[in-house]
Order: sequence, then structure tokens, then C-alpha cells
Amino acid sequence: MTSSTSFIQTPKAPGKARKSGKGRFHARGRQVEPSARSAVDGLLDGRGLERDQLIENLHILQDKFGQLQKNHLAALADLMRLSQAEVYEVATFYHNFSVVEDDAPAPPITVKVCDSLSCCLAGSEALTSALKKRASSGVKVTHGACMGRCDTAPVVRIGDTYIEHATVEQTLTVLDGRETGELPPSTISTTALPFDEYCNSGGFSYLKRLQENTDLIPEFIGKLKDSGHRGLGGAGFPHAMKITSVRSVPGPRYMAVNADESEPGTFKDRYYMNSNPFQFLEGMLIGAELVDAEEIFIFLRDEYPDTAAILRDAISTIEKTGLNNGRRISMRRGAGAYICGEESAMLESLEGKRAIPRQKPPFPAHVGLFGKPTLINNIETLYWLPEILEKGADWYKTDGRNGSTGFRTFSLSGHVNSPGVYLTPAGITASELINEFGGGMKEGHQFKAYLPGGASGGILPANMADIPLDFGSLEKHGCFIGSAAVIVLSDQDDFKEVGRNLMRFFEDESCGQCTPCRSGTEKAVTIMNGDHWDLDLLQDLSDVMQDASICGLGQAAPNGLLGLMKYFPEELT
Amino acid sequence: MSETISFTLNGEQIHTDGSQSIWEIAKDAGTTIPHLCYSDRSGFRADGNCRACMVEIEGERVLAPSCMRKPTDGMVVNSASERATKAQKMVIELLVSDQPAQEESPDPDSHFWDIATSLEQTTSRFNKRTSNYAADISHPAMAVDLEACINCDLCVRACREVQVNDVIGMAGRGADAKIIFDFDDDMESSSCVACGECVQACPTGALLEKSWMSASKIDRKVDSICPFCGVGCQLTYNVANDKIISVDGRDGPANEERLCVKGRFGFDYIHNVERLTKPLIRKDGIAKSDISDLDPANPLTHFREATWDEALEVAANGLKKVKAEKGPHGLAGFGSAKGSNEEAYLFQKLIRTGFETNNVDHCTRLCHASSVAALLETVGSGAVSAPFNEAENADVIIIIGANPAVNHPVAATFFKNAAKKGTKLIIIDPRKQNLTRHATYHLQEKPGSDVALLNSIMHVIAEENLTNLAYIENSTEDYEALKEHLKGFSPEAMAPKTGIDPTTIKEVARLFATANASIIFWGMGISQHVHGTDNSRCLISLAMMTGQIGRPGTGLHPLRGQNNVQGASDVALIPMFLPDYQSVEDPEIRAKFEEFWGATIDPNKGLTVVEITEDIHEGNIRGMYIMGENPAMSDPNVTHAREALCMLDTLVVQDLFLTETAAYADVVLPASAWPEKDGTVTNTNRQVQMGRAAVAPPGDAKQDLWIIQEIANRFELNWSYTHPSEVFTEMTKVMSSIEGMTWERLEQENVITYPCKSQDDKGQALLFTDSFPTASGRGKFVPAELISPDEVPDKDYPIILTTGRLLEHWHTGSMTRRATVLDAVESEPTVQMSPAMMEDLQVSSGEFVNVQSRRGMLRIKVRADGAIQQGMIFIPFCFAEAAANILTNDALDPFGKIAEVKYCAVQVEKVL
Repeated sequence: MTSSTSFIQTPKAPGKARKSGKGRFHARGRQVEPSARSAVDGLLDGRGLERDQLIENLHILQDKFGQLQKNHLAALADLMRLSQAEVYEVATFYHNFSVVEDDAPAPPITVKVCDSLSCCLAGSEALTSALKKRASSGVKVTHGACMGRCDTAPVVRIGDTYIEHATVEQTLTVLDGRETGELPPSTISTTALPFDEYCNSGGFSYLKRLQENTDLIPEFIGKLKDSGHRGLGGAGFPHAMKITSVRSVPGPRYMAVNADESEPGTFKDRYYMNSNPFQFLEGMLIGAELVDAEEIFIFLRDEYPDTAAILRDAISTIEKTGLNNGRRISMRRGAGAYICGEESAMLESLEGKRAIPRQKPPFPAHVGLFGKPTLINNIETLYWLPEILEKGADWYKTDGRNGSTGFRTFSLSGHVNSPGVYLTPAGITASELINEFGGGMKEGHQFKAYLPGGASGGILPANMADIPLDFGSLEKHGCFIGSAAVIVLSDQDDFKEVGRNLMRFFEDESCGQCTPCRSGTEKAVTIMNGDHWDLDLLQDLSDVMQDASICGLGQAAPNGLLGLMKYFPEELT
Repeated sequence: MSETISFTLNGEQIHTDGSQSIWEIAKDAGTTIPHLCYSDRSGFRADGNCRACMVEIEGERVLAPSCMRKPTDGMVVNSASERATKAQKMVIELLVSDQPAQEESPDPDSHFWDIATSLEQTTSRFNKRTSNYAADISHPAMAVDLEACINCDLCVRACREVQVNDVIGMAGRGADAKIIFDFDDDMESSSCVACGECVQACPTGALLEKSWMSASKIDRKVDSICPFCGVGCQLTYNVANDKIISVDGRDGPANEERLCVKGRFGFDYIHNVERLTKPLIRKDGIAKSDISDLDPANPLTHFREATWDEALEVAANGLKKVKAEKGPHGLAGFGSAKGSNEEAYLFQKLIRTGFETNNVDHCTRLCHASSVAALLETVGSGAVSAPFNEAENADVIIIIGANPAVNHPVAATFFKNAAKKGTKLIIIDPRKQNLTRHATYHLQEKPGSDVALLNSIMHVIAEENLTNLAYIENSTEDYEALKEHLKGFSPEAMAPKTGIDPTTIKEVARLFATANASIIFWGMGISQHVHGTDNSRCLISLAMMTGQIGRPGTGLHPLRGQNNVQGASDVALIPMFLPDYQSVEDPEIRAKFEEFWGATIDPNKGLTVVEITEDIHEGNIRGMYIMGENPAMSDPNVTHAREALCMLDTLVVQDLFLTETAAYADVVLPASAWPEKDGTVTNTNRQVQMGRAAVAPPGDAKQDLWIIQEIANRFELNWSYTHPSEVFTEMTKVMSSIEGMTWERLEQENVITYPCKSQDDKGQALLFTDSFPTASGRGKFVPAELISPDEVPDKDYPIILTTGRLLEHWHTGSMTRRATVLDAVESEPTVQMSPAMMEDLQVSSGEFVNVQSRRGMLRIKVRADGAIQQGMIFIPFCFAEAAANILTNDALDPFGKIAEVKYCAVQVEKVL
């Protein structure tokens, strides 16, 4: 006991588990690899790292690598000071992101065949199976949700290239070109009205007037109120009332523009953005002035890359000319989620989160983006603002049929000769729309049924095609006009298959938050995939989905099914 | 809201203030509306996703979730209408279809099955969804079976919003949405810290303790307090067949039902086979130094079993012999901060009145002694000025020299809650930590540079006139001297010492000083230095010069370590004070206690922990009584301390296990664990809480209180306490801080904060609201000079070693390494170092290095950890087979007598 060194020993140390050899030789959890960190650092250099930039930053990684490697996601989480779970749940929520392990091979070329109802009616299923057989082994053929080109069905997407009226041959040609590095010519030939021309025809004069004199705000709102202008994204909420509601809460306030047009059968907003972007943007800026928004966010679906280019140019022009009045205009890319059309889900997405709808109340007009009062408008809603202000409330009320006033933009698709976007008198009936605008039924097709409001607006038989298509006129029949997407069905269609197509769409797009929609759509699809449909059970299920789902998606998901059960029971046996 | 509204619920008119949800109001009215994703536990936000609680509101198009909806005036609500019931039942029916059958469910008694049964919906017309979730049983404590998951999101809220550990998420979407850990990793390899909040929240058993047992088999539930850290979480022990099976968090003020991995899963050490169950006496002829083949599982190689009578006689006679030969100063006692207040009080009373010496101390000496010294000197009170829950009311929080997510995990959850709500968090610590991600600033200073850093922050505050002059004027003294002193500490001048750029220092200074309410928390990184008292002085000055004290959301809070280190210090388990920090050297005070105790008290203060070791080496102290302390692991320069223990003529050790200290004992007395005893315990918030025995001690192990009394009576003290309540009553008579408390009150109320002056006093949470308990009533500024750490790196020993704890292991590991889950999660010693240093050393994870200081050497495996600065390593001190304290320096802070275990110089080499 002369030296302390003999006291290094102790009795046998406690603990049995060390024998298992499972010691912890790294800090807890997945660590950031230096190489992944530098790759991500480099890509995101100079970019925003706030939480709401998460989806934008995921796009950058997805664009660069064609997929999202977990080691890159770990680096991204670290860089953005988010938890790994927060990053992962967002990355796996959106269809356009694909999360893979670190060592995953480079992603295959992916061919997405639109399987929304309009494309399905145009033979997308046969196209898919033919492509699966004939495309080379390195190509992945899969389905995609509505691509907003329903007048040119069927549609195929390869990267940012869209093939309209797609055929197998055409698709294979594009694939060959892609493999040899030649990009195909764009099939889109919309010419946007240039800035000068828009200005020369009086564009931006009402915006400027408002910017010069904010005392005009009550007058402008009054005009909108008198015009009876309503939201044209689907819900039809009186526009002036929404603005007043947002203004009733002290600022700061935001404006969020919903350009996530993804209701199957709908492509009118794309038409307006592509053809006359500045009129929409003027409407947007007027809206921002009316609620004194701090900042404007445009949420544009990722399926419209051409539109994105047009808007980027247009916004840059507006910023250069100062028409934005110092307001930041941020364009955000959707990442493949129909639910983002639901306004509160879109807000969640704008905040960089999973797009799960919020419970209401409170309503976004009062508690919206980042918890602040937010004016949320659809593209077409804003598009008409400058014209209403210029031409007056009465102008907006001219025209109209069957007791309705004003006009309505329809996206018409299905078995008609001339599908497309049509500006028609409000209150037009389906048969008038088909015959006066759609060029009548295609040869060999007899009009049998129609969907008045896309996939969610229900279904009506041809013998009820004399109902005015307007807000409030269809509800008593279990339908609604929604985004005014009319899809026309014929005697050639398998109505059970139509029902399945619609329910599969909602199953695919359900955010999964609430039980009636998450589980209900899945159970309904399972039943409907069978030959025998248990109609009593489907009725009970539909009742509860309508009554108890959080948002309009779940509540409307059974509308098509209910229409089939009500009007076409003989088709379901 | 005081406005009264009235609405109709199921036909009854109800008046309410509109602040509660329909669900809550219905519950108060006696109706529990079915619910799955909703929990009315505190901290859990209603989410409204399961839709089981839907109610019908007249005039509304669709049903509404009662958990989220608040009534408005005139609303007519029906929770049991045909429509509402149909929805409630359909939701259950959908979920039942995808569940395992009830009898095959991980938890057939789960809340889910209760609700399904109450709605008579235990079957389903729907087919089961095809899913193939593999059970995840990777974690030692918890099992995951997503087949039973209903996607209710409660675990996500538990993990993300309540505990803010941020491990669990909901990935994917639609029917494929599923619960994941990190990147869909298995639980064990994820960043999960096993707080178990998700398990406590899960309504189905999809997340479940592996020790789960049907409620019908639980014999009793006993409400008590967690035995580990100073947070003082209230908990409930579930007991079956006289064994603790599981633990639930209880709604105490310090934890609001939350627990950490130790509290929830670390309970089975008390049932470990190595528990001592019979008194032991060292065998003749076995040298104390002969411990190489001693196994705590089988101590009979070195000891023989004895009866209590014999063991107590041998113990007392040995100690009495020393007293007879060397006088009272030949004896010393170490009590424990792990026991109850009553035990600590009686222990010091025994040492003072039976041994007749003030040589009594405990682990506070290695903990916050310097903080207490500084606090007593400046503000006149050694405890915290505000509970840590005041973080909620703070705009700015400084956490310095502390790693609460590891050492005070449940307190850390409240800091993270505050940060999430917008409170700015400033962390000052050389190591990164779990909270760093939530911080506005993390100043990763150079180790040991606290005084330079804090003085430079105060320099900015003084120079930029950000002080609270009115507060300085009205409530403090000696500010001018401090102000003058600070002139030499500009951030620019200090930057080379601290490694923090001056701009950041200025921003932090402004943020702290100008906030409406700023609060400071600190830990061992402040106290365990030779300049530990100076570090604390700086923090106190910082709070006082800005007036950030004495108001909600402000104050000084040294985070106390052990579950009862506050209480043990309060009741005078320290050598210089009598209970309530009354100086033992004050004749008036001493006279009062001499009369009360009926004994004479040594007029000289006693020796502290490290001083006692030295005194043994000098041949003065020859006998010791150690209750529940493990200096053979916890003391700095521990080989020196072990040698001292070995030198004693008589060493009596009272403990649960044959600890590293007990290995040197002459007599070992088997004692009671915390869950085996009744007693009060005082947490870091000054909250005195009631602990209750859940099970009896095993074998012949005895209550500590009984053992102390048996020794005392062999010193002719003639005590006859029959229950801890009698001891507590005695304490209230000599401790004005708790004079308003009674045992009965604590039995009923579970917790009372001190100071508590009268029977109806709930206790004072915030101190110094009007004045300071100093002679002048003012707080005193004491400037701090720069003092280097005692042993700075040099050519031979170029690396800085710092020591501390791991989340899973308590103190010296004697309890936690014998807890199955904790042992499994952290099974062996490692040295943590940065990947960059590993590259320099050319060593990989899991390989051995030799770490050598001037005092000893360890062979230890490497753990890669990016949180550690280059030039620094970290070794936890809980592993006997690589005891960090072999390396540490026993140089002392001159005021607190605390050793500098946070800083010494070492060299590190790869083992070839």
C-alpha cells in the first residue's frame, strides 16, 4: 500500500449487458456524414434555411439526384436545424419525392401515365400496360394523378415533358430521345399576353390607382360585393366577404394564392395563367393591397412547369417595375398532393410541413399562414378582379341563364368532340354545354352521365342534364359544381370502373389524418374492387365519411359512389 | 374569459365561460364522450384526428369533434344522437377491422378496447387491410407493433410537443401513413432517448413497455417520487407480487406526468440479485486492499454474514474505539443525498451529537458547494430563487455549464417547450447538446473560460448602459466596484481566452439585459472548477445588474443534481452549518441546538469530503460511517481516496450493494432503497415532496432510519423514533424554512414549497421579490478575477478531459448499472471524442485508447461524438472498470471546497 497505483482496481464492475458486445460507439441516432454534409451545403448555399423552405430544399435535392438519399436528408435536417423525423415525414408525404437508402442505385427514368378519370376514359389503362410491355428495362412505368391537361387525354409525363394525346409510339420516341439526350419539342404552344400589351390595353391602371390612394379600398370592396363575385376554386365563398373578414383581424397579414389546381378534370386556371398571366397577377396585387398583405405566396402545382416559367418571368417584370409595391412574391412548388388544393392543407405545405388540413374554426382568414390572417384565393378568382373593377359590377352580372347571372369558366372533358376551357353564361346546363360548346358527343358515344364538378362533385345521369350548373343548384341532388370541371360519360363506359377510379383517386390522395377518410377510402376501394358491392355497408360508410371527415376531400370522396348507387343501381349489380 | 355563455348539451342547459371544449365540459358533467386521439393530460394538444368524439351541433352541415370544439352561446349539442353515434361507432368499426383480435392485441386492456367495448363495437364488417409491419423489439424497454397502431398521433405529440425529443413522426400518407422513428429506423438505433412518454400516451399498446402486465394483475399502485435526479418527478409504482412492474408519471409540479428513461425504466435495480440482504463483516485475514477478485454478486469470499446485533456491535465498537483513542476528530461521516430528509437529518445529528464532530458531509461537496458558497455570500440564500418552471414565463433563458437533457431530462423538456413558444435560449457550454438545436445562441466557449466570458458579457451591459439602475440602486450594494472591475474585460480582450467572437458576446449581452424577463440555469460546468465560486458570483452579478431576479420568469437556478441534495444540505448534512444553513461556529445558534438536542456541539466547523481524504492520509481520521455514498468512485483523484478508505481502522458502510466503497468496509449494513421507504425529499425547486414505500426491503435489509438509530443508541443517544413523521416534526421545530409544514399536510398535498411559514402557506416559489435575506437586505456584487484552471494542457498532457454523466446512468452507476434497461442501453465505458480527433489518433469507433493524466491511466473504447470540441474529450464517471475519477484533479475551489473534476490535462494514445 505504498503507491496509489494498486487502487486502480475495483471489485468486479456491475452491469451484465456489456457481455452482449452491443456497446454504443457512436452518438445516439443517425450521424451526419461529412461527405453528405458538404454535398448538401454546396447545393443549398445561399438558400433559405427557415422551416418553411423545407419543401423547396427537398425539391433541390430531388432535382439534383433524382431521389432523396437518407444521408442527404440527415445533412439537410442538421443544416435546417430540424429533427430527422420532421424532414422524413415531409419527404415521404409528397408523391413527387422518393426517399431511398444511401446506397440506392440511380433512379430509373419514370413514365407517369395520368390515371385520372378523363385520361382513363381516353384509354390510359391500355396505354399503361402496353408501355409496361414495350418500354426498355431501365424505364419505370407508373401512374400519375391528374396532370391538368384533360382536354388532351391521355397524358403521359416523363420528367418535365408532357405528351398530350399520348400514344405508345409517341411515348417510346420521347424515351429514345431522352436516352440519346435529345429533348422532345414541347407540345405546349400557349402564348402568354406580353406585359406591354397588357399595359397598353389598360392593365394595372386599377392597381396603380389603389396604390396611389388607399382610401379607395372601401369603394373597391364595395364594387366586388355588388358584383356578386365568388371564389372560383370550388367553394364559391363571396369574395368581398372574405376580404372583409381578413381585414377584421389586425396584421401582419399574408396572401396565399392557390394555384394547386388538381381536381381531376380541371384545367382552367392553367389556361388563365398561361394565356394572360398579368391579369391574374394584377388581381393578386389588388387583393394584397386590399388586405395590406406583408408578403404573397403563390402555391403552384409541380405539374405545370411551363406555367412556372411564365409566372417567374412575369413576377420578375412586376418586381422590376415596382408594381409589387415592395411586397415579396414567393412562388412555391407543390410536390404532388391533391390535398394542397384544400386551403388549410396548402398553408401547412407553405409552412414546409405535411399537407394535412387544419381543423376549422378558426378559419384561415383569421388564423392562417404562420398563424396570421391570410387572404387565400384561387387563380381565376383573382383573374377577374381587374376586369370587374374596370367594367363594373353590372358587367360581371350580365349574361346568365336559367336564373343565374354572369358567366362561368368550365373545363370540359370526356367523350365530347371538343373538350377544352369555355367561358359560358352562368347557369348553363350540361346538355347546353356539351352541345353548344363541346361540339356534341363523340361518334359512337351516347351521353349517359356527367360529373359536374370533377372527381368530388358527384355524378348525374343524362336525363338530369337540364339542371343549371351553378353554386347551390346541384346540392339537392348530392352534387356540386366545385371548380366547374365537367366530365362527360357515355354508354361505352363501365360505371363500376368509373366508381373505382374515383375512389382510388381519393384513397391515393387522402392525407391520412382522419379515420373516416384514411381508412374509409381504403375500405371502400377494397369493397369496390370486388365483384359484389355491399351497398348497405358502402352507404353507411359514405354517410360517416361525409359527416365526420375533417376536410372537403374526405367529405366529398363518396359523392361519386353515392351518385352511382342512387342513379345507376342497375350498373352495380 | 369570465363571460358566461350558455348552451345545451344532450338536452341539458350548461353555463360555461367558453374556455373549455365540449368534450371537457361533457366530462365535467359526467359524460365521457368516446375518444382515442385525445388525452386530457397536461401538455397534450387536442388534435381531432380520430373522429371518435364527433357530436352533432344543430344547424351545422357536418358533425364536429368535441375535443376541439368550444361551445358558443345558444349552441345545441348532442353527443349521443343517432348521427353522432353512427359516426362514433363507424370510426371504431373501421379501426377494429385493422387491429389484431383483442385477445391477440399487445394490450387487450387498452383504452382502445375499453372504448370499443363501451360502444359495443368490438367487431367489424370490413376486411382487414393488408399490412405487414414487422414488430420492432429492438429496444430494451419498449416494443413497437404497428399492427395495433390507429395513427392517432398521440405518440408524435408526446415525443415532439410534450417531451420535445423529436424522434417520432408520421411518415407517408393516406392509408400508408405510419409512425416512424427518425428515418424509419428501428427504435434502438434511432435517436430515441426512451423517455417512454409515447408508451404512456399510446391508447392501443402499439407502443408498449416490454414489462407490460395486465391491469388485473397489478396488486397495488403506490404514489411516490423518482429516486434519481433533482427534478423530483412524481410517479406511481405499479406493484405485483411485491415487485415493481412498471412506473407511470404522475402530475407533480415539476414533471406534469413526464418522466425520463431512468425514472420510467430504471426501477428494477431494487430487485437485482446483487442486493445485500444480510449484514456482512470482513473475514479475518482478508486485507482491505485485496479486492481484485471480489465480486459484489458473491461477497462471501471476503466477508461473512452476521446477525444485525453482531454487525451493529462490531460497527459501533469499532467507531467508539477510534473515538476513545483519537477523540471525536478521529471520526467522520458521509451521509447521502439519495435518502430522505429525515435520514439525512438524523445522520448529521448522530455525527454531531454521538460522534461529537462536525466532520459530516456528502456529495453536495462535489456538486454545487461553490454555487451555494457564492449564493450565501451575495444573496444570503443557497437555494434557487425560482423554480425551473419559470422558464415558461421567461423571454430569455441562459443555460450555462449544464446539459439538462442528460442530467435533468424532464426539466429540459420544459426549457424546450419554452423555446418552441418563442423564448430565446442561450446555451453556454464547450460541448454541443440536445438543446443546441433549439437555441438562439450556443456559445461553445473554451473549457474553463467562464469568468472571462461572463465578465465580458457584463462589460458590454455596463458600457452600453443596459443595466437596471433602479434595481441596482434600490436592491444591491457594491456595484461601483464591479463596474470598475469590468472595465478590463471587453469582449475583444477576452475573445482569445473564450474563443467567442465579440459581436456574439454583444448580441447575447443585449438580448439578456433588455429582455423583459431573463432567467439563468447552471450546472456542474460552472461549479466543478477551482474558480467555481467565481463563476457563480459572475452569474449572480449578471442577474442583479440587469434586475433579472425576483420577478416571474427571472432568477438564479443552480440545477441540483441528486434527488435530495437540496434537502440533505438544508438539514445540515454539511460540516459548516446546522439545519437551515445556520453557522455551526455561531455560539448563539449552537447554544439553541445544544439545548434542543440536549448535547454539546463542536464549536469548529468540520472537514469537507476531499479534506477528509487528506486528513485520513495524514493519520488523523481513523473511523468512518458512510451511508449511501460511494467516494471510491465519485471522489476526484480516486485512487488517492480509495487508499484513504483502505487506511481506516473502522469503516462502516450502509448501502444497497457491495459498492466500490463497501469493498473496503469492515462492516457492511444492508439498507433500504428509495421505493422501500417513507420519507420526504426536496427537489431543485425547493419543493418538499412525499415519498412512499412501494415494497419492503429484501431479506434482512433494514430501513436506514432504523440503522442510524441503532448506531446512535450504541453511542448512548437513547433515540426512540418509531416513524419518519416524528423526525420530520422535529425538523420543523428547528428549521424556520419548513415551519408551516406537517407530515400530514405532505401526505395530503404531496408537495409543498419552502419557505413555508404557516399551515395555510402554500410556500413561496419566487424569492427575493422585495429584498434579500442578507444583513443589509441588499444583494452584494462580488467581482471575479481570472483564474486559470489548476492544470492546463501542456506538451505532455495536451488534451482537456472533462467528466460528467450519461443520461442512463446515475452518479457512480451502483444503482443504474444494475437496472436491466439502463444497463442494456449503456453497457460499457467509452471516451467521447470528435471525429476529427479520432482521425488525428488514427483510431476508429469502438477501438481502445489509453487516456493518461498525472494521476493515472485508463484503457477505454472510443465513441465518436461531434458534440465534443477538438482538443477535448469526455468520460462519464459511472463505470468502475474505467473510472474517470482515476484521472481527475483534486485541486479545490478555495471557497466551496469543490474539486475541479470538469477540467484536467491528459494525453490520449491509440492502443496498439
